Amino acid sequence: MVTTTDEARVHPATTRAKRRDPAAGDSRRRRGGLEPSRVAYLYLLPALAVYAAFVLLPLLHTVWLSFFDWNGITVGTWTGLENYVEVLRDEDLRAAFVHSLAFLGFTCALPVALGLVLAALLSRHEIRGLAFFRSVLFLPQVIAMVVVGVAWRWMYADDGAVNQLLRLVGLDGVTRAWLGDFDLALPAVGLVGTWVMYGLCMLLFLSGAQKIDRSLYEAARMDGAGPVREFFAVTLPGLRQEVTVALTITAIYALRNFDLVYVTTNGGPGNASTVPAVEIYRLAFRESEVGLACAVAVVLMAITFVALLLITRLGRDRT
Amino acid sequence: MTARLERAVIYVVLALFSAVVLLPLVNILTIALQKPGSTVTGLSFPTEFHFENFVRAWEVGGFADLMSSSALVAVVVVPVATLLSILSGYAFGTMRFRGSTALFYLFLIGLVMPFEATVVPLYYDLRSLGLTDTYWALILPEIALSVSFGTFWMRAFFLSSPRSLLEAARIDGASSWTTLWRVLLPTARPAISTLATLFFLWSWNEFLLALVLIQDPALRTAPAGLGLFVGERTVDVAGLSAGALLITLPVIAVYLFTQRHFIRGMLEGSVKG
Repeated sequence: MVTTTDEARVHPATTRAKRRDPAAGDSRRRRGGLEPSRVAYLYLLPALAVYAAFVLLPLLHTVWLSFFDWNGITVGTWTGLENYVEVLRDEDLRAAFVHSLAFLGFTCALPVALGLVLAALLSRHEIRGLAFFRSVLFLPQVIAMVVVGVAWRWMYADDGAVNQLLRLVGLDGVTRAWLGDFDLALPAVGLVGTWVMYGLCMLLFLSGAQKIDRSLYEAARMDGAGPVREFFAVTLPGLRQEVTVALTITAIYALRNFDLVYVTTNGGPGNASTVPAVEIYRLAFRESEVGLACAVAVVLMAITFVALLLITRLGRDRT
Repeated sequence: MTARLERAVIYVVLALFSAVVLLPLVNILTIALQKPGSTVTGLSFPTEFHFENFVRAWEVGGFADLMSSSALVAVVVVPVATLLSILSGYAFGTMRFRGSTALFYLFLIGLVMPFEATVVPLYYDLRSLGLTDTYWALILPEIALSVSFGTFWMRAFFLSSPRSLLEAARIDGASSWTTLWRVLLPTARPAISTLATLFFLWSWNEFLLALVLIQDPALRTAPAGLGLFVGERTVDVAGLSAGALLITLPVIAVYLFTQRHFIRGMLEGSVKG
């Protein structure tokens, strides 16, 4: 599926690194210096065997099953593209894919934007004592999503902390059971995705901003650039690689999101916050629509692929 | 003067964002210390500490069993996945062989494709092998997913390790096996420990695979157990929060122990790729 020869398409991070790295020629030289070896296959074999058996084969099997009408028990019947037609026609499934776009906004675009704002502020100064902030901001990355989901369920509850804070600032009118609200369940869960990812983005950009040559800022200031122009002329181009990486990581996470939605709303109320991964689980293991579940999975893979392609393009074109 | 003001603004912004990260976690802690049987409340300092919620979650709630299942899986996954990643990364990072580029792309698929998409056939395939409801059903796919990233990670490490080391070993007539273990690995400790930490976190926190592939309550892992409890109607809020914190403890312990290298390793490694 992704066996294209264009390296950039497959993993943006690698190519970016190579293309931008001043030592790119060096890495090419190194590659030439690799020792020709047949024994390499032996080193590869164990990893490749496990990987092929439990990732690649199931992946191919997913595509194969997506052409069948199968309930998981009896013999399936070949239905060609019918499952894909159903994916387009079914309202719940269409909603799920639309919601994953919303998740791209909340979990990918918003954290990256927040991270960039912070980097813009920070890049102008030497900041000390970051170690504490760093450990805290990275924390959501290591805690199980299930635990994060439970914590936020309590936060969003009727008498939870979110409503408590709203009452504190006099916004009693907007308090509600957030996760049970048809219109607001999706943004509420989406913001948890923002919570999970913004620290990572901030830290990535901060560490990137520190590597930007200080003389570029001095030059920009000599030219009379204000903070805004300085950001677009120096900071943003200097962070291009980090931005691409952050977009890649957060986009993959946003699209595959299962744990968070399953624990907080289970896609509800109704289908108000459902996402493709939750639909795959529901269809395959609750409603015995295995073929349809696999078709959803294939569409999800295709969307992921396109999203990563776009991100790579974005990272490449801006100069 | 404005510089000082800007600096103050930065600290305020950082503190604010850090506080928002901590808020739900502090909240779940205060709920876990509430009187058993009480409902969800906002942030309030508990007047009395009911540590018995933790004891109840551990014993009655079954978190002791859930966590030992998780530990058992992680104890197999982490070393095996790390070892396999070192070997395959070594091949890609130091050797030239036919098809290496294509094979490397093959490994990258697992890195970018949502594995949520593969869980359906995985269930039926493992069931036909009689492996569902055994720890193998979790261990094998978790290793497979981990080596995809691990290969990528270790390849980057070996590519950046000095060629002079390799050449010196070659001149001394060391085999590739000896070169790997005696010459290269001693310098790889930070890269490997970051990788092993990640593998542990992924394995310990894995939810969907555990939910689907293990139905037997006796074998269930901690995140799956927690997720299923939350879905039930009659919910012991304080006990559940205590359980959620219990399963977070090992993660926090590992994080505190390794964080300085771990965060730096992650940030630099992800960009270096």
